[in-house]
This record gives sequence, structure tokens and C-alpha cells, in this order.
Amino acid sequence: MSAPGQTAYHGARWQEPIVYELGGRGRRGFKVPTVEPELRGAVGDVISTIPTNMRREKPPPLPELSEPEVVRHFVRLSQQTFGVDSGINAGVGTCTMKYSPKVNEALVRSPKLADLHPLQDEESVQGVLELMYRVERMLCEISGMDAFSLQPRGGAHAVFTNARIIDACLRERGERQGKDEVVTTVLSHPCNGASPAAAGFKVKTVYPDMKTGIPDIEAFKRVVSKRTAGLMITDPYDTGVFDPNLEEYIKIVHEVGGLVSIDQANLNSVLGRLRIGDFGADLCQFNLHKSFSTPHASGGPGCSPIGVKKALADYLPSPTIEKVGRRYRLKYDMPSSIGKVAEFYGVVPNVVRAYCWIRSMGPEGLLETSAAATLNDNYLIKRLSGITGVTLPWSRTFPTRLQEARFSLETLRKDTGVGIEALNRRIVDYGVQRLFPGHEPWIVPEPFTPEPTESSSKEDLDRFVEIMNAVCNEAYQQRDIFRDAPYNCSIHRVDMKAASDPKKWALTWRAYRRKRASQSAIGGKNLSKAWSRRQKPVRRQR
Amino acid sequence: MLRVVGAKDVDSLFQATLQRYLFRGKLKLPPPVSELELKREVCAILEKNRTTDQVLSFLGAGCWQHAVPEACNEINSRSEFLTAYTGDVYTDLGRFQALFEFQSLIGDLVAMDAVTYPSYDWATAAGDAVRMAISATGRSEVLVPRSASPDRVGVLQHYLGSGKVSFYGYNRRTGQADLDDLEEKINGGTAAVYIENPAYLGFVETDCHRIGRIAHDSGALFIVGVEPLSLGALKPPGEYGADIVCGEGQPLGLKQYYGGALLGFVACRDDERLLNATGARLITVTDTIERGERGFAFALPERVMFAKREESATFTGTTAVLWAITAAVYLSLLGPSGVQELSRTIMEKSHYAAQVLGDIPGVDAPLLDSPFFQEFTVNFGTRKVKEVHSALLRAGIQGGKDITFEFPQHGNSALYSVTEVHSMEDIDRLGDVMRRILR
Repeated sequence: MSAPGQTAYHGARWQEPIVYELGGRGRRGFKVPTVEPELRGAVGDVISTIPTNMRREKPPPLPELSEPEVVRHFVRLSQQTFGVDSGINAGVGTCTMKYSPKVNEALVRSPKLADLHPLQDEESVQGVLELMYRVERMLCEISGMDAFSLQPRGGAHAVFTNARIIDACLRERGERQGKDEVVTTVLSHPCNGASPAAAGFKVKTVYPDMKTGIPDIEAFKRVVSKRTAGLMITDPYDTGVFDPNLEEYIKIVHEVGGLVSIDQANLNSVLGRLRIGDFGADLCQFNLHKSFSTPHASGGPGCSPIGVKKALADYLPSPTIEKVGRRYRLKYDMPSSIGKVAEFYGVVPNVVRAYCWIRSMGPEGLLETSAAATLNDNYLIKRLSGITGVTLPWSRTFPTRLQEARFSLETLRKDTGVGIEALNRRIVDYGVQRLFPGHEPWIVPEPFTPEPTESSSKEDLDRFVEIMNAVCNEAYQQRDIFRDAPYNCSIHRVDMKAASDPKKWALTWRAYRRKRASQSAIGGKNLSKAWSRRQKPVRRQR
Repeated sequence: MLRVVGAKDVDSLFQATLQRYLFRGKLKLPPPVSELELKREVCAILEKNRTTDQVLSFLGAGCWQHAVPEACNEINSRSEFLTAYTGDVYTDLGRFQALFEFQSLIGDLVAMDAVTYPSYDWATAAGDAVRMAISATGRSEVLVPRSASPDRVGVLQHYLGSGKVSFYGYNRRTGQADLDDLEEKINGGTAAVYIENPAYLGFVETDCHRIGRIAHDSGALFIVGVEPLSLGALKPPGEYGADIVCGEGQPLGLKQYYGGALLGFVACRDDERLLNATGARLITVTDTIERGERGFAFALPERVMFAKREESATFTGTTAVLWAITAAVYLSLLGPSGVQELSRTIMEKSHYAAQVLGDIPGVDAPLLDSPFFQEFTVNFGTRKVKEVHSALLRAGIQGGKDITFEFPQHGNSALYSVTEVHSMEDIDRLGDVMRRILR
């Protein structure tokens, strides 16, 4: 008889020690380049130039490993990480887990890109500037905006930058006084609330009419006033609903003198089919690490260019890139600019990857991308909607979705006690990435938000539905299985007690040793080999 | 699939959703290319660049040329790390553990017990740090030395919310913070005193203990920005009273990428008040239901934007995790003796370069009379930096950053960075060419 919870899948389970528990004294994986004896003779003991009170007395107590030990350790950690290249990620909505073509990786690893210093003479970096300039122009065409900055490093940072631009523009126009509110909708990504708040605005959040899934226009109007500095929303929403009142919202906000910033993290499903600049938006942002296929890199570096209409171009972070004759240069002469929002000019390798992707796609390819993503999305919606316990709120008002869809497991939870948290611990036992629930607050109870992108095949989607079906069935038939799930992953169910207890949390190995060393080792006969290795007294550092 | 969806074609799905918003034109973009054509096109464009291997470069100022171990490139090319994103610890244990190791290794380098998720770069990390200080103290002013990187201070000013930056002076001859001025400026509204060490201009602040005491005596926090490789030689900020440390992780195994591979880090005391004030995610070790098994979780998850939207008044999200993993690989490769030896090597090379340049008539190097680590100021007297550097370029040498506009008070000066990548021959060549130019 098989063990409880067993499936055909088994994740890598290395029980890999923390890097500090590996290696041994005197080992090292790096040879420092040689110092010529004549040079050393000429400078003498440089350390003695540092006053004694500022010298490091003991070397940092880092682990000591050989190169093979380091590589093996991190390869094992990578094997315990589930990326787009590992398998089905169709459940991870709002993230656009699309495939990143390998040729783009090969190209950005070129020393001709990797070994450039950002302050080099402009004549020596014409190639990279040309690519950056071309991407800015391409993004203008795709968005219908007039100017772009490549500087922001992630979606939330881009929305923050747009809030700073709104602030700067209103200040320069002498209108900032009394205009201190930003309006957003609760089904927009949470950064549309958090980023303007971080930029110093009060945030007014509009909730949807629970009958339709989008805000009621009258309710929206009530929130907008002469204090409204800006509107910052996503459309399509993270529910996959495209709000057709967008133009009305824009008009209402413009009428009170506010600016409109549309967060286009959800661009993928409307690539080539919706140009936000054509509908009066003043600012927008794209996530190159979503719609434009640059890899998510375990959580960055991302790159989130912002686009603006001509009237706001002067406020963009400096420098922007301009073409003068046949030369490209960094334009710093921007007196109204909000200045830099991060160091240098943006995540250049991602800009180049995005160039490669747009170039490989061409205009037809972008349309094919959004077509495949939208067909996949709606196919998945139809198939998932048939599963007992799963419902799609607002399926009557908005049966067709873009990008993703926010489902609810409320029925399943009421029927079985299994909600999204437990389901997510179990679905991973089947060798797929977990589902993205939904951002807080949960307007949709027990939410999950699948987004297949164009990179899922029909077979992937059918498999995903089959797994969802199996897990929901388990909830009805053997819900005990959820208590201790997962069973087939790299580790077992995590105890969350340390997460909010200052006596228990340990954010570094040094804190861990301090807090836990005094606790007696946990005994028992089921100790793994790796754990018994851990129980040896911690090696003393010099 | 269309049959299941109940649509006659894909276009009808867009008509049903986008309606009047549907773009009916054709995007003016070049037609698609094959992989082969793409490679030819992009390589031809990149070929126009001249790399820091082709030009002898002495640039630093926030992004530095170092020897990058191939093991770092190998691990950050691993497709699992490259293509993962937001999975839970069950599918992404490796990502969580690598991040915990990043936090731990940085913690040991700076001697602090708490380290957060990475941020974008030093400037935004400094922004996070001052924001934490403002929130934790309930005060609004941050005191920054006038010697700090103007670009970095410009960036961090975006992150102050209702707070503001005020400046304190520095000694023009040595670069050292002017403590009398600091004592005069500090007041009951000061949330934090910030220093950079090594400073932007390369010198080592030597009165750090006192700066920390001045901050603490006023109830303010002490924030230190660091270049991490200096910490094999310099005392870690955790040992001279820092409450929060921030810095740039690019030297830890990342290539320059035209400034596109930066990695900010923030460390602090393991103090609830401080940790509650950061908007960054925090990874903690925890247990699992299996005896003896270790797991990881987000600590204090209720603080961040994802839980509190605008109430958090901070934002997070995609930052620089792949680079943080790379930094963990790098520090694991170097270990304690590697970091120490590398620090000393950098100092030897940079001091030799300062000596070689300082021996040239018409050059004052280092201009600031203080101990320094890898960067130092070079003054050309009456000769314009631009002129001197143009002449250097003609000889295949890229001089340091021209700081004439950032620091007009230091005349015709530039900031030179010399690291382990520079051989004695390189430095002698710089000296010979410079001597010829200034003759």
C-alpha cells in the first residue's frame, strides 16, 4: 500500500544543509588575483593606513567551502526550485509566467553587454544606447504613449515613479496644494494603493459593485473630487475583467484636473490590441519581466518602463536617451525631471532581452501572443468552471476574461473545510506550481487566480484541470489528507510560529545560532542524516 | 479549444471584452526575425560597444569592475533560479534557502543580526533605511553628509514621504564628517544620521564611533552605507554602533551590465521596532512538522504591501533576487580569508595607483588626505578633467568619474577606482600616459 498522499510526482528532496554547515576550515573557492611583489613592496602594509579603531579585528565568520562544494550546494538548491522551465505554472496569475527564449539569454551574456561601465564615454557605448533607444521607441508604438523611461526596477517601483511624476507635474502647475488624493480600485494590484501612499498621497479605494464585478460609475464619481490628483489602476483587473468604463473614469478624473496612470502589468492579453495612450491615459507602465518575456529571476531583477504623454515627458526620470544625428546620447538636461528613481539607467540586460523578444515576434507575433494567451485563459476558465467546489464570480456579467481569472473556492471550503491555503499545500504534490490566491483584501473569498499565458499548451491546461479536479475530489472524499500536506515536495508542512515571534524568528544564521543554540537538540529516531550532521557543535570560526 | 470556449474565433473574445477599445491598426514595428537573424542583428549592434576589457577603465562610483567567478555565472544561469518567481516554500525551497543564506552572509559581513530581502540598489536601499528610521522614530529629518553621492541622495529623497534630508558638512582637506556641524544640526526631530563608509569619494570615515554616539545621544538612529568588499579590512558597522546598514551588492559576483545589475541590501539590529518599520519581505528559518527538518517562512508577513495596500505606505515586489543568490554564491566561494585577502589586494592596487598618479607633476592624488579603500580623488590642478580624460581615451584608457560638477569645491577632480582586476602593468600604463598628457 502506498504512503498517504503519494502521487506519481516527487520533488527533489536533498535535505540540503545551510551553507554554513558545509565545508571545512581552510577551504576556499576563489583565488584572488596576484599582487605583484614590486607593487606590494612599493605600497608596504596598506592595512596599517586604517586607524586601529576602524580595522576589522576578526575576519567575517563566513563558511569555508571549495568551489565544487559551493556549486553542488547551489545546484541542489536550484533543483528544489520550480520555475517556468520546470513545469506547469498556469495557476500563477498576475505573474505572467511565460517562457523566456534561450537565445535572449545567450545574447545578454555577451561580454559586449556585460562588461560595460555605466559612466563610460558615450562613444564607446553606442551599441547599448541604440538598443535602449529602440526599445523606448517600440514601447511608445505599443502603448500609444510619446516618451518612455526604462529606469524603474519593478512594477511597484514604476507605479511609485508615476506617482512622483503626478506629484511633480501638479507642483509645477501650482495645483498640488489641495490635490492630495489618489483614487484606485481594490481589484487593481495592491501597489496602486501602496506606491502612491509611499509617494505621499492619500489613497481612496473604490470597491466593485458586488453584483457586476466593476465599480458603479456613480460610486466612482463620489470618490473623485477636486482633491483628486490622480487615478492609478490596472485594466484588465486582476480578476481578468476588463472594465469597459475606463474611458469614463479617465474623463471624470481629467475633469477635476487629475492625471491618469494605468498599470499595465496585465498587458500580455491585450498586446497589440489595446493602446492605452489612445484613450487619454497620461501615464502607464509595462513589466518587461511579464509581458515581454524577460525571466522572473526568482523575484528580480525586473524592469518596468514607464510611458507618458508628451505633456509629461519633461518630468520623466533623467537621463532619457536621445538620438542626435546618428549618435545616441544620455539626455540629462531636463530641468523639470523628477531626477533618478534608482541608480543609473535601468536593468539593461532586461531591456536587451525585451528588444530580442519584440524583434522575434514582430507585430504579427505580438497579436499571436495575446490571441494564444486569451484563448488559453478562456479555455481554462471553461474547464475549471466545471469542477465541483469552484466558482467564478461575475461570470454572468463578465463571462469572457483577459489575462487571468479570479475564481473562488468558497463553496469547496464550506463543503469540506478545504480553502485555498490547504489546497495550495496539496496541489504542489502533483508537480505543478502552486496557485496564486489573490491579493488582500479578499473581495473574492478563498480566491485563486490562474493565468496560463501563451506558453501553456492545450495538454498542459488539460493536465492542470485534471489535477485541480483530483485535488478538489480529495477535499470531498479524504480531506484529512490536507492536514499535513504536502507529502511529495522538498519539505513538509511548515510551522509558521517563528514568523511572528521575535524570540523565534531568525533572519540570519548568526541570529539563528544565538536564539536556538541554547535550545536542546530535538531528539528522536527519525533523524535524517543531514540533521544529525547539523547536530554537531557548530564549528568555531577563527 | 474554441468549441469548449463557445467562440467562433479568437477575435470574438476581444470584441466581447475590449469592445470599442480594440486597436484596429497595425503596430509600426519591424517584421519578425529568426533566431539566426536576431543573433546577427543584436551582435552587430553590440559590436559597437567597447568593453572594460578593451578599454582600460578606472570607473567606479556605484558600479565596479571586479573578477567575477564563473561559478556565479553558472548558478545565476540555472534555469530553475532564472525562471522561478513567487512559489511557496514547498515548490521553491531552494529559492527561500538561498535567500536566507544571502541574508546570513550579508549579516556576517556587516555584523548585524537582521537582513531583509534585497532591494534594487544602494540608493533605494538607503531610501528603505531612512524610511525605516523615520517610521521607527516618528521623527522626520535625516542628516546626510555633503560628501555623500549626490545621485544617491537624489534617489533617496524620493523615499522620504513626509520626511526631509538636511546636510552636514565635511572637512574639505580630509573628507571627514564635520562633527561640530553635525552636533549643531542634530535635534529632537532628527530621525537618523547617515554616513557612507567608504564614502562616495573613496575615503574611510574614521570617527564612526563618535558619529554613532552623537546620533544616539539625540535619540536618532545611525545608518551606514557600505561597499561590501571593504569589510574584509574595515570594521563592520555592526561593531561601531550602526542601527541600520545599507549598501551595494554589485561587487559580490555581478558584472557591470552598464549599471543594470545592481543589488541593494539592508541590514539592521534584530529589533521589532525596526523590522516592523521595513516594507521589505523577511525570510526566517522555521521548523516543519517533520522532526528535525528545517523550513523557511516570511517573517511578519502582515506588514507588507501585499497585506496592507496603502496602509503599509511602502512598496515591494520584484527586486533583485537572482542577484542576491549570486552574491550568496560569491561570498560562499570567498569565505573569510578570501574576503580579507581581496580587501587587502584592492587596497594595495589602489594605493599603488594613487602613488603613481601622485608622483606626476600637476596631479594631486589622493586629493583628500584620509585613509581610503579602492576609490580616491585625483585633482588635475588647472587642467580640465574633460581634457585630460579625452587624451586618456585616445590612448585606450577610460579615466575615473569626472566629479567637477558634483563637487565644484574640489576643482578639476575625478574619482578613480582601482580593484583586483588592475595589474601593476595597467597602473603603470595609466601613469605613463598621464605623465605624457600633463607634460
